[in-house]
Amino acid sequence: MSAIAQQHAIQTGRGSLAGRVSDFLWKHPHVFLTILLGPPLLWLGIIYLGSLLALLLQSFFSIDDYSGLINYEFTLATYRQLLNDANFDIIIRTILMAAIVTLFSAVIAFPIAYYAARYARGKWKAIFYLGVMLPLWSSYLVKIYAWKLILAKEGILTWLVTKLNLLWLLDAWLSLPVIGGNSLSVSYTGTFIVFVYVWMPFMILPIQAALERVPTNLIEASSDLGGTPQQTFRHVLFPLALPGIVAGSIFTFSLTLGDYIIPQIIGSSRLFIGQAVYAQQGTAGNIPLAAAFTVVPIVIMGLYLWMARRMGAFDAL
Amino acid sequence: MTAAVLFENVSRHFGAVRAVDAVDLAVAEGEFFAMLGPSGSGKTTCLRLMAGFEQPTAGHIEIFGETAEGVPPYRRSVNTVFQDYALFPHLSILENVAYGLMVKGAAREERRKAAEDALAMVKLPGYGVRRPGQLSGGQRQRVALARALVNKPKVLLLDEPLGALDLKLREQMQEELKSLQKSLGITFVFVTHDQGEALSMADRIAVFNDGRIQQLGTPEEVYKQPRTRFVADFVGSSNILPPEFVAQLGAAPQFASLRPEAISLGQSGHGRLVLDGTVLSRSFLGAANRVLVIVNGTRINVMSPAAASIPAEGDPVQLSFDRTDLHLMEAAS
Repeated sequence: MSAIAQQHAIQTGRGSLAGRVSDFLWKHPHVFLTILLGPPLLWLGIIYLGSLLALLLQSFFSIDDYSGLINYEFTLATYRQLLNDANFDIIIRTILMAAIVTLFSAVIAFPIAYYAARYARGKWKAIFYLGVMLPLWSSYLVKIYAWKLILAKEGILTWLVTKLNLLWLLDAWLSLPVIGGNSLSVSYTGTFIVFVYVWMPFMILPIQAALERVPTNLIEASSDLGGTPQQTFRHVLFPLALPGIVAGSIFTFSLTLGDYIIPQIIGSSRLFIGQAVYAQQGTAGNIPLAAAFTVVPIVIMGLYLWMARRMGAFDAL
Repeated sequence: MTAAVLFENVSRHFGAVRAVDAVDLAVAEGEFFAMLGPSGSGKTTCLRLMAGFEQPTAGHIEIFGETAEGVPPYRRSVNTVFQDYALFPHLSILENVAYGLMVKGAAREERRKAAEDALAMVKLPGYGVRRPGQLSGGQRQRVALARALVNKPKVLLLDEPLGALDLKLREQMQEELKSLQKSLGITFVFVTHDQGEALSMADRIAVFNDGRIQQLGTPEEVYKQPRTRFVADFVGSSNILPPEFVAQLGAAPQFASLRPEAISLGQSGHGRLVLDGTVLSRSFLGAANRVLVIVNGTRINVMSPAAASIPAEGDPVQLSFDRTDLHLMEAAS
């Protein structure tokens, strides 16, 4: 008789402590789940959500203009202050920048993601991932200062444009109101370029993941039914990639809304929300107003997701 | 008459792999044409060449007399029912069926009506508001059929359309497809690896192996007069008798095919060839018994009616068959 044939059909417990624990957890799966999820949920609940709530709470307090002390009484005064002209400008400026950066990132990211999902194989796929991820491995500050040098009046970009005899074009662009400036590195155009560069991987990767999940035979089916490549893109590929585009845009949009370093180093001296928060909680010591400013991106992102859902962006999930 | 689909010396190579190798075929208009073969035999690539998803490496393709190579799929009046249906998950059933009409610019009301008619034709009336994910496999198969047929294609291509269905549903769909094809009069080209399906549905069958057509003929021809050992074995799993064995039976020393159901156990009738053998094994198949007999070292399968008495394993047995059922094929290689 073989060793296997000699065993009982039902084996006795292993007897050891680990064995008994295993048996117990197998019989009580909810205990197992509690042990598994308890610590991370406590962490999230207390440290993450707790601090967020504390922040929200702060935004309903106000600051005493004379003493500079926080007045712990519920009031909407801070929100009124948030909506005064100067502060409202900051909000509009930031939202516009975030929206344009997001739109432009999506337009640039789509073809790259499409190539990676549909055509790149083996070595080229590795090169794609490396190319997209590599910028994320180096310091954010180093990249931004590098861009400052690139975009400066004496920088390599101006030199290149001069060599191409296109300096007139750059000058014409910089002479435009609002988006122009003394040089690219002190204009909104510069801020925009660096935002697009820095957040690009966060747009490419979700779109690529979404496109990879679109079966090839759906593209073939559309073509088979008479859809030209353009129609196939519009009616099949784009709707199915939309959840990925929305995911990517959540990254680029919210990262732009919250960032305070890029506009401080590259751009005009006019503030973005992130800089306003930084200034209010630091030098100005106005924690309630800083808190109110941070509520803005949260509300905007909530609205954005709600709208995306209503427009059917997640139907294909 | 112009052929619905014509292949002249068509090849499709992927690097060193010859998926389709110098294939000639002509599908007649209104015909139910099956391409049968094991996976990797080139039958699906042939279908994709007809649809336009693949372009031939060499050779010439015509669809209703018009040159098809170099023409993209969206400019061919040919529609495909895909193996796993390829329904658009983000569209309703009605939008799926109306898709072909929509991209061709038909008016909304017109395409809604045509799509509803097509759904009624495949016995899914009122299913238009659902999503593909809410339908069973058999229902999705019908939607895929409606989505293709609503375009009134000149040729309908079906890529193993019944492969994912269970047996009962498959038999039912075979009947329906056959009668649909008859009533519409559209040319059907059907890819399958199931020889039973090909035999029961097709007007003609092309048997594929290694990128080439082994035999092209009616189901009866292919079944009764297989040209090669491959066809004999693949279509209805025949007994393939080696040349030496055939020579002992008084025929030319060639490979021969002998269908299991042509053999009876025991001596019966006059003028029949008789062999002495030993029963190796037997299995009950419901309508029949399959008996494996060894004769002079050659294994022979016998399909015996369930009612007949079967000798036990190890017993000696006599086999008899009509000389005309012994079908000679290629010579020894």
